[in-house]
Amino acid sequence: MFENLDLTKLIFGRLTWDAIPFHDPIILGTFAVVAVGGVAMLAAITRYKLWGYLWNEWFTTIDHKKIGIMYIILGLVMLLRGFADAIMMRLHQAMAFGDATGYLPPHHYDQIFTAHGVIMIFFVAMPLVTGIMNYLIPLQIGTRDVAFPFLNNFSFWMTTGGAVLMMASLFVGEFAKTGWLAYPPLSGILQSPGVGVDYYIWALQIAGVGTLLSGVNLLVTIVKMRAPGMTLMKMPVFTWTSLCTNVLIVAAFPVLTAVLGMLTMDRYLDTAFFTNDLGGNAMMYVNLIWIWGHPEVYILILPVFGIFSEIVATYSRKPLFGYTSMVYATVVITVLSYLVWLHHFFTMGSGASVNSFFGITTMIISIPTGAKIFNWLFTMFRGRIRFDVPMLWTLGFMVTFVIGGMTGVLLAVPPVDFVLHNSLFLIAHFHNVIIGGVLFGLFAGITYWFPKATGYKLDEFWGKMSFWFWLIGFYFAFMPLYVLGLMGVTRRVSHFEDQSLQIWFQIAAFGAVLIAVGIAAFIIQLVVSFKRREALKDETGDPWDGRTLEWSTSSPPPPYNFAFTPQVHDLDAWWQMKQHGFQRPESGFIPIHMPKGTWAGIVLSGISVVCGFALIWHMWLLAGVSFVGLIATAIYHTFDYDRDYYIPAEEVERIEAERTRVLANV
Amino acid sequence: MQIAKLLRGVVLTLLAAALLTGCDTVVMSPSGDIAMQQRDLLVWATILMLLVIVPVIVLTLWFAWRYRDTNEDATYAPEWTHSTVLELVIWSVPLLIIIALGAMTWVGTHKLDPYRPLDRIDAQTPVPADMEPLTVEVVALDWKWLFIYPEQGIATVNELAAPVDHPIRFKITASTMMNSFFIPALAGQIYAMAGMETKLHGVINEPGVYKGFSANYSGAGYSQMKFEFHGLSEADFDAWVARVKASEANLDRAEYLELEVPSIDDPVSFYGQVDPTLYHAIFNRCVEPGQTCMEDLMYHSGMGQHGGHHGDEEAGHEGHQSHETHEGHQGHADHAQHGAHHD
Repeated sequence: MFENLDLTKLIFGRLTWDAIPFHDPIILGTFAVVAVGGVAMLAAITRYKLWGYLWNEWFTTIDHKKIGIMYIILGLVMLLRGFADAIMMRLHQAMAFGDATGYLPPHHYDQIFTAHGVIMIFFVAMPLVTGIMNYLIPLQIGTRDVAFPFLNNFSFWMTTGGAVLMMASLFVGEFAKTGWLAYPPLSGILQSPGVGVDYYIWALQIAGVGTLLSGVNLLVTIVKMRAPGMTLMKMPVFTWTSLCTNVLIVAAFPVLTAVLGMLTMDRYLDTAFFTNDLGGNAMMYVNLIWIWGHPEVYILILPVFGIFSEIVATYSRKPLFGYTSMVYATVVITVLSYLVWLHHFFTMGSGASVNSFFGITTMIISIPTGAKIFNWLFTMFRGRIRFDVPMLWTLGFMVTFVIGGMTGVLLAVPPVDFVLHNSLFLIAHFHNVIIGGVLFGLFAGITYWFPKATGYKLDEFWGKMSFWFWLIGFYFAFMPLYVLGLMGVTRRVSHFEDQSLQIWFQIAAFGAVLIAVGIAAFIIQLVVSFKRREALKDETGDPWDGRTLEWSTSSPPPPYNFAFTPQVHDLDAWWQMKQHGFQRPESGFIPIHMPKGTWAGIVLSGISVVCGFALIWHMWLLAGVSFVGLIATAIYHTFDYDRDYYIPAEEVERIEAERTRVLANV
Repeated sequence: MQIAKLLRGVVLTLLAAALLTGCDTVVMSPSGDIAMQQRDLLVWATILMLLVIVPVIVLTLWFAWRYRDTNEDATYAPEWTHSTVLELVIWSVPLLIIIALGAMTWVGTHKLDPYRPLDRIDAQTPVPADMEPLTVEVVALDWKWLFIYPEQGIATVNELAAPVDHPIRFKITASTMMNSFFIPALAGQIYAMAGMETKLHGVINEPGVYKGFSANYSGAGYSQMKFEFHGLSEADFDAWVARVKASEANLDRAEYLELEVPSIDDPVSFYGQVDPTLYHAIFNRCVEPGQTCMEDLMYHSGMGQHGGHHGDEEAGHEGHQSHETHEGHQGHADHAQHGAHHD
């Protein structure tokens, strides 16, 4: 083979100028906007000499708080991309009837719905959930950082690396046209020979490394690093739900890695795991991907249940009703989430007993979930409820989520699923629980903990605007899809004949526009709040009269979180400390041992992205070089012994004295 | 309060809209007995769950209003966090509902199992003892539907017909992509997968023209992968068969290989003759001359796996009835001893 070695092919693989979509005005326009925006941002950073600051204080940081914030920024940026896809689909479907073909050619439309799903799950919901866990877990359990601080930075950059590859697919080549789970045989090399599925595989594999390691990290942190006295049954509910989520991550993500690995081998090495011929079986892929995929749903929703639990208790000014049953409900959901995966494919020909088993296990999950809803309800009962923005999101969630839960149980009845599977009813259902559950919870959480992270609250007016537009927009966008599902309309269709359906798609598109206003209001809220930060300032560190330890620190907390590790005696530790007239220690500080920032995370992730890109385009030379570089860099980093430093006692004393002064003026 | 009112308004309006239009949606008012029973199950499950969903929504809004912090009249119990009675209620109410729903699910899933031959034509009429179901072999091609009628010796593309009040037995496979065979008016869907066979039993109770399509995204031509399903009287069905039979076209293997080439938005076409072994060859992936059929491949490699998985389920469900082209491999039970047999 070496005599006809083609150097261009070795270096550029299958990448040619044809891969750049010059012919597509939509993508070209997007690229122009992104390029102009990007250059402007880079110029601004250079102009204001921010590179050093960004590199030292953010990119290389191992501070879990800053990493948490970076995760959230990543999630919000990707939300804009994912939502752009969503509204493009909504507009297209509202137009593409009869003779009108809509404005998106099918091959573009197919990429958009695939990208929408992948981005929203992997690069919006996951980073936002991980970001909030990252920020809060150490603060809630009274520790200074996560168990493996460098790993945390590395995880973040790997997730970001996946997002970068994902975004690159928009401008160089194409993305998968397979739907967000890339079922074979459609995703096989025979049916999808292009680079789209390879972008999908490598973006998820790189991001998956980050997710898995972050899961290990947070799991160990919760198990090993709780403040003295904080037994498991004294942990804040959010920490409990995070614990369960990270158990799920650690157990489920390797399955995703393995199944994508097998698909990769089918595509690159002609193996036959999931092929139609040679003994492969596509249903194995479907089983495996859902063995990851179903726990994934609970990975997203459990932390959010924790967020709602914290919020509902704080704003009702009561402890959470039924803490113990809440914890057990969470654990039961965690275990059951592994016993339900087959409900995603009742219609693939399993026997009636198998289908019934998985249908019933699915319904059983609604029992602990129902218990949770009741617990929140009775937390509000005989409380003194303040309708701040986080509480509005919570109420919106409680009303919306039960509807989504109900339609979910409907879909769990196999004979019902036979008529609703793959229909828009299903689409409405999972958006009902993911938007009405996960997203509302994330917005509630971001609003609730924003003052903790930044030192000032978010503007109320724009927060309420955002909430109402999201809520009403959601109902307009997705209730019509329930109806369409009952009309027998299926998902992923790019053109319709039946004109009578059009009105429902138009209502849904209107809903999407309302949601767009909700997103805009959220962005305006961030800008307005930043401008009004003096007026919205929180100097107490405890603006909502909170119950858990994060509220005992200043806003934002010092790099070391706690000058002295708190001693925990009870559930709602900070509330109990306040009740018992807690006095902040003002002397006797000692130097604090802290981990040091490192370049390794961002560099390793950067090389991984190059390696992934090379593998996608079959640039074997670059792939080999970057892979060796990746391993070499990782090994080199292990010889870096300069990994920690001490914050001197005087520095701690100065920071704490400043806080004493501020608190005295409140 | 404004929040509560607005929210309730939105929900009620949308629910009302959904219910009103629900009356004439195909899933809620189908024309086949199986789909009707599936609809009934959907309705009962919804009612059962509304027993708890509606109170929860009402309580949420009511508690939020009642215990707002400006309402000094409401009781405030800042330390109240536990009540064994309430805990019992909040765990047992969902539990009871799920027990009821679980029982409905178990029974309904078995009764409406797509592999189960029908025992009734509609709620009042059992299937007469002498009535054999009409067999249709369905092949999902890229991106069109091929229907083979083995008993009539005909085949069609993108048009399906069946007599009213007569059980239909579909055997379903695919050429490459995973599709889902779905006629909402008739019965629930089932996947069509290459190298495997799934089954569906149904009956259409009213004459008419119904929509059928693929319900699982399968690539470029998916949106156009549609067909018409004609529910016809026995006489009209015979006329339809005669019309198809009159076609000159013969679906032999060579013709099939041409048909199999991916294409989008194909017109309806009829074949007056069809190779009787064609379906079996498609399902076993050996249409092209010289290919070894999957069942033989597996037989010879000693895997003991007989055709697709559902080749076996077929045996479990209704015994090897007609269409026993894979006779001669009755030894597959022996291969089960090797541990790779799926049953």
